[in-house]
Amino acid sequence: MARPMQVSRYWRHFREKYRLMGGKCENGHVHFPKRPVCPVCGSRNIEEVELSGKGKVISWTIVRNPPSGFEYYKPFPLALIELEEGPVVLAQLTDVDPEEIDFGMEVEVVTKKIREFEEDGIILYGYKFRPPVK
Amino acid sequence: MRKAVIIGAGMTPVGEHWRLGLRDLAVEALLKAMDDAGIEKVDSLYVGNMISGPFVEQENLGALIADWAGLGNIPAVKIEAACASGGAALQEGVKAVMSGLEDVVAVVGVEKMTDAWPSDATRYLAYAADAEWELFHGASFVALNALVMRYYMKTYGYTEEDLALFAVNAHANGAKNPYAMFKRPIKVETVLKSPYIADPLKLFDASPVCDGSAAVIITTPEKAKELGVPKEKWVEVAGMGRAVDTISLASREDLLTLKAAKIAAERAYKMAGVEARDIDFFEVHDAFTVMAALSLEALGVAKKGEGAKLAREGQIAIDADYPIQTMGGLKARGHPVGATGMYQTVEAVLQLRGEAPNQVPDAEIGLTQNIGGTGSNITVSIFRRV
Repeated sequence: MARPMQVSRYWRHFREKYRLMGGKCENGHVHFPKRPVCPVCGSRNIEEVELSGKGKVISWTIVRNPPSGFEYYKPFPLALIELEEGPVVLAQLTDVDPEEIDFGMEVEVVTKKIREFEEDGIILYGYKFRPPVK
Repeated sequence: MRKAVIIGAGMTPVGEHWRLGLRDLAVEALLKAMDDAGIEKVDSLYVGNMISGPFVEQENLGALIADWAGLGNIPAVKIEAACASGGAALQEGVKAVMSGLEDVVAVVGVEKMTDAWPSDATRYLAYAADAEWELFHGASFVALNALVMRYYMKTYGYTEEDLALFAVNAHANGAKNPYAMFKRPIKVETVLKSPYIADPLKLFDASPVCDGSAAVIITTPEKAKELGVPKEKWVEVAGMGRAVDTISLASREDLLTLKAAKIAAERAYKMAGVEARDIDFFEVHDAFTVMAALSLEALGVAKKGEGAKLAREGQIAIDADYPIQTMGGLKARGHPVGATGMYQTVEAVLQLRGEAPNQVPDAEIGLTQNIGGTGSNITVSIFRRV
């Protein structure tokens, strides 16, 4: 398995993965993650925008044969979530009974451990989504 | 532009080739194609391969394969477009002939996947997804396709049983293909009883991890005549198209439209001067059953949302209106990723020469569609009997 020698590869995306920073172009199109060119209108005038992290499940699956590095978590739910600002995000669901996951289920973002590398001791954190804590 | 015809084709059986390496497989398929055309020299070589680096720690496949196949100091490169690498390599080879730059071109697709642990293989395949925003979260290719499958079933009211029909059809045809990995017919229950690998996607909704290689020789009709290749062997590459879409599934405009396939198909139909209804057989990229359904829709064979209906109505069998996967498709023939587009090509050549074990009667025009990523990089090629 590839070793994560390049720590920089992970800290490059701290803003997106810790704070859910996306992009908003001059014409108001919001996307995640932030891109150099707006995928809707082609504008290059894009500012950073922090997304609320509230959204709904569009589709989901239970990953039973994960890529190497994720064996420890299996089986785990993975979903496409449409955020209230519009962009769709792929992420793991957490703190949820797989039986309860459904189309349109409301979820909110939470920061969790994504994975760790045994040999190097690096721990990756990032966003996952869970049913809202009341 | 010049015309391009395929004058030779060869392939290895698809399977778990524990005794053969990547170079053995590629050289075997390539030499078979050259023997089939009756030639000993080519002007250049294009190698379709997705992921030899991680799988077998070998890149620079152009040099490796040209060297070991005794092709001399010709230009030779690897073409990569994820699982559509084979289809893309074919089109690069055809372009070289059509442009007039090269007269006799060899294209080989090869992948050696069984030298890796299964979970590592799953990781390497996911390199074709968006590594930073999909693989980072533990998404496998199967999982991404499962997200599409669940959404497709929900949107149009299909069941797991409906989609299983694509696997049943592929296995029925693959059973007669001596080069297929699985030569065994299956029932709908076989699919439904197989374990979930990413719900609702089951083991039998998916194509296998395997090894294989397939190759063709391309030239112009004039040169084919000069080389003395009998006309019965010629198959024209009549149309080609290729397009990309967003690399990550989450960014897709519509989860259930293979937009890249649609655009690629429109280009290929236009170039060949044909429409979907003129095509006698379709080799679509059924790496997962849902992709067969979406492909039929993108190619204009079925209306949006009605791809799975074609299977339900029995319209995809060899003797029906829209035969697909005549040699077993990715599901039963096997899916050695970077080689798959070339297997589709060789199978189309056999059909159009009338040499297929599962012959579509009077086949004159065939179409192959090769998907890279979750619909992010797609090629469509149309072949015609000369």
